[in-house]
Amino acid sequence: MTAIRLSSGGVIDRTRPLSFSFDGLSLGGFAGDTLASALLANDVMLVGRSFKLHRPRGLFGAGYDDPGSMVERLGPRPATNQLATTTMLEEGGVYRSVSTWPSARRDVGAVVQLFARLLPAGFYYKTFMWPTWHLFEPFIRGAAGLGRVPGVDAWEPVGESRFGSCDLLVVGAGPAGLAAALVAGRSGASVILVDDGAAPGGRLPGDGGDPEGWTSACWRELATLPKVRLLPAATAWGYHEHNLVSVLERAPRGAPGLDLRNWKIRARQVIVAAGAFERPIPFADSDRPGVMLASAVRTWLGRFAVRPGGQAVVFTNNASAYGTALALADAGAAVTLVDARTEPEPQAVAALASAGVTLARASLVTKAHGRSRVEAVDVIDDGGQVRRLPCDLVAVSGGWNPAFHLASQTRQARSIWHDELATFVADHGPASFRLAGAARAEFEPVSCALDGALAAGEALATLGLRAHAFETPHLSEPFVARRVEPVWFVPPRRKADKVFVDLAGDVTTDDVGLALREGFDSMELLKRYTTAGMGVDQGKSGNVNVIGIVGALTGATTQTVGTTTFRPPFVPVEFGAIAGQRNKARLYPWRHTPLTDWHIARGAVMYEAGLRWQRPGYYPLPGENWSAAAAREARAVRQAAGVYDGTPLGKFQLKGRDVPRLLDLLYISDFSKLGPRRGKYGVMLSDDGLIMDDGVVFRLDEQRWLLHSSTGAADRVHQHIEQVLQVHHPEWQVSLIPVTSQWANATLCGPMAREVLAALQPDFDITREALPFMGMAEGMIGDIPVRLFRVSWTGEASFELNTPARHAAALWDKIMAAGAAFGITPVGSEANHILRVEAGYISTGHEVDGTSDAFDLGLGPLVSRTKPDFIGKRSMELRRRVDPERFELVGLLPTEPSRRVPEGAPITPAGDRVDQEGFVSACVSSVVHDRIIALGLLRNGRSRMGETVHARVRDEVIPMTVVDPVFHDADRARVKS
Amino acid sequence: MLMLACPWCGERPEGEFICLGEAVRPRPLDPSALGDAEWAAYVSDRRNIRGRHDERWWHVRGCNTIFTIGRDTVTHQVFAGTQDEAAP
Ligand SMILES: [Zn+2]
Repeated sequence: MTAIRLSSGGVIDRTRPLSFSFDGLSLGGFAGDTLASALLANDVMLVGRSFKLHRPRGLFGAGYDDPGSMVERLGPRPATNQLATTTMLEEGGVYRSVSTWPSARRDVGAVVQLFARLLPAGFYYKTFMWPTWHLFEPFIRGAAGLGRVPGVDAWEPVGESRFGSCDLLVVGAGPAGLAAALVAGRSGASVILVDDGAAPGGRLPGDGGDPEGWTSACWRELATLPKVRLLPAATAWGYHEHNLVSVLERAPRGAPGLDLRNWKIRARQVIVAAGAFERPIPFADSDRPGVMLASAVRTWLGRFAVRPGGQAVVFTNNASAYGTALALADAGAAVTLVDARTEPEPQAVAALASAGVTLARASLVTKAHGRSRVEAVDVIDDGGQVRRLPCDLVAVSGGWNPAFHLASQTRQARSIWHDELATFVADHGPASFRLAGAARAEFEPVSCALDGALAAGEALATLGLRAHAFETPHLSEPFVARRVEPVWFVPPRRKADKVFVDLAGDVTTDDVGLALREGFDSMELLKRYTTAGMGVDQGKSGNVNVIGIVGALTGATTQTVGTTTFRPPFVPVEFGAIAGQRNKARLYPWRHTPLTDWHIARGAVMYEAGLRWQRPGYYPLPGENWSAAAAREARAVRQAAGVYDGTPLGKFQLKGRDVPRLLDLLYISDFSKLGPRRGKYGVMLSDDGLIMDDGVVFRLDEQRWLLHSSTGAADRVHQHIEQVLQVHHPEWQVSLIPVTSQWANATLCGPMAREVLAALQPDFDITREALPFMGMAEGMIGDIPVRLFRVSWTGEASFELNTPARHAAALWDKIMAAGAAFGITPVGSEANHILRVEAGYISTGHEVDGTSDAFDLGLGPLVSRTKPDFIGKRSMELRRRVDPERFELVGLLPTEPSRRVPEGAPITPAGDRVDQEGFVSACVSSVVHDRIIALGLLRNGRSRMGETVHARVRDEVIPMTVVDPVFHDADRARVKS
Repeated sequence: MLMLACPWCGERPEGEFICLGEAVRPRPLDPSALGDAEWAAYVSDRRNIRGRHDERWWHVRGCNTIFTIGRDTVTHQVFAGTQDEAAP
């Protein structure tokens, strides 16, 4: 028992003890503990197993830089992938280690370690290729996972997303960030200060570093400033274009029931004072529990009053770890400091001597002994003498890496090698973005504060604000890294010894060497091949060491080797936090016609008709399935009368002098001669010569036209026309207004439709002469204004009754009442599909699939022979000239009349698994022919009438006869009746 | 998410706009006067520049204006107006 809780100090609340359990052990901690600090205070060193080799692992870092302490929380709120170092302890918490079974102490999978030699870099890529990776994947994933997803009671965190904006966003509340926020706040700027630490102050040691309480005074003052918002327990995890920063706030204050809040903060200026991460010096078996970063030891001592060991070795190549050694000695531990450098700073050496710490200069720790906990280390001096030092804690410092992740994410900062500090720093970012303090390699706390104040002054100047005065605080941290002699790793003295350089991915120096020998010599490739930097901590602990090792092994400079790309998120972020309350229905809401309630009350099964419009698919009667309902509805239209809700159809009102020119450019046929109160069917191509949409245009009067698009094509048609008007022909005088949802549409269709219309007693003439096919009328039905269009998409006489949306329900009720005597039937999109296939009408998304042109679909006769130009003409002609072999619209009759063919099924020559010569675009059970009929696109189809062709569905071949694509009303007599 | 300056509405977030791609020149008035290759280039060829280029945006959830701005595809720096004479 050597790790202990100190009797005083730290941010924990000793008056609020908490009990929890870990791997079945009942343990105690205090409010303010993280799970990690509480485990250490209970002398639990072994917290998990590494995910590839199942080596015993302990706590290594004290925050997001910890590469391996993922645990599962079994309760309360069961969840997996919780990092022990950032999980706040709670009363009654039940935790379990991951990558272990049954527990971290007794792990059956640990036998894998014995085969470590067989699991080199790229092992998975090389080994599990034959016969297929999928054969091995379940086993490998099962063995390698980071915990099990909890069952039905899994915690579903409640998230929300919120926008924020400010003059200045400050990331980090260490000395630099606090000073920046204070200067800006006092100057009247609006400021948001984000910090993810347990308390403000960054890495300032809990005791002694801030004798006058500057940190808490700053925080208090900031809290009183009206334009300053403080976000503690929040992490800035992504920088996006134009100073948009994503911030994840955990358990937001004042919002009970809310677990996560994801901020998108747009800031005019950004200061990132995110500090720095310490890196280790890997040596043989330095992944053993009890070996940890010196900064982590310092954090546990200062913040949590936990001393992780009683007999400590501190191994360093810079002065910062001297502070750790002194703090350990102060807490009563016996300490030896091993410095790789020959000439440490004299003041540091003197301080050690007076604290009774033994110093070994020009020496290296070469190996850790002990399995589930470090028991001793081997130390070699510059004379080659090796001695063994017993210990229960090793604190390592290999230097410091500024946390300039957000700067890198701007894509405008490069990482530059800093020789004296042996680390990468960022050169510069966008003009409105600044790094301050340790994030730009300024490690001394007073200098950090001044740096932050200076950065704030610069930011304020660009905002036209004058910086408020700032008094230099009294902070002390005598030993910081000023001169770092890089030691990327200590070569093992025995070849069999492993040096783990990336703990999260179990990557050894041998793996790096192997990857290099196999040619993976770029950092981006090497990272993916070895998985170094791809684990839980995303390389925060090991990446710079890997870069250094690559440099050492290849002879390249560290600058040349370079860093890998930094990408968001900086820390793991729950998808639920990003989504917030926006489930699909909120993010992308349904569009409803004014008749949805009626349809649902009538028992309709609702479908999406395109662009999120909801429309009835069919209205089943009791005991009816979809095909029976659709057939009944279609039959009603063929024999009597039906009505459907056509509201979602895209509608655009056009007005202005140049509308005829516009229509002539948009459509393949001539529109300029279209007279008032007449309509015309048109096909619209894009300039690549392929069909974009089809629909009918009515000229309402001399000045106004109404253009219809398919439901699903309305947005792209809108965009297409706006581009023509605003980009290509800004000189034209045309106004375009989308009116889709202003007008509701009830379409009456069937041989009795005109009788139903008459029963509605319109105040206008509805005789065939007054209201022919492609004619229109305007008037009143009772007190309801209507606009009637004679169009058909069913192969029957049809009357589209349009009315302003607020009258839709009343009109629909009148139609149902007037139609009752004629057996009027509401019709859904399934019946619509049958009717239009029987009539041989094309549909966007089926025959119009983005590869067909007007001739392919039998619409050649519509192409104007007189117009010199229309959109798509040039490309359509060019394409047909270059390759006259086209897929053409045909009808298809399966040889077996009841055989349904899946829509989209490919047609292949003789049904062989060879070339594709077409596909089935639509297939329905015809109510007029009482058999299956289909439409399809077939290579040179129009010249192949009567041939037998073959649809291929997996291993089945379905023979079909090629016929004309119009199965009903071929002379269009019914439509025009 | 970019901030884009609509000439009518001022700076607005990207979510209000639809990008219409590179600011290609307006459609030729007489496509039949162009050779096949020339026409195909108009329809298909885009420069896909790394650095500053001109692009069109449509303020569809705003004032409906289509406008052209310069944007650096690496830094996202936005420039008012265009540098290419061909782009209006
Ligand atoms: Zn606008």
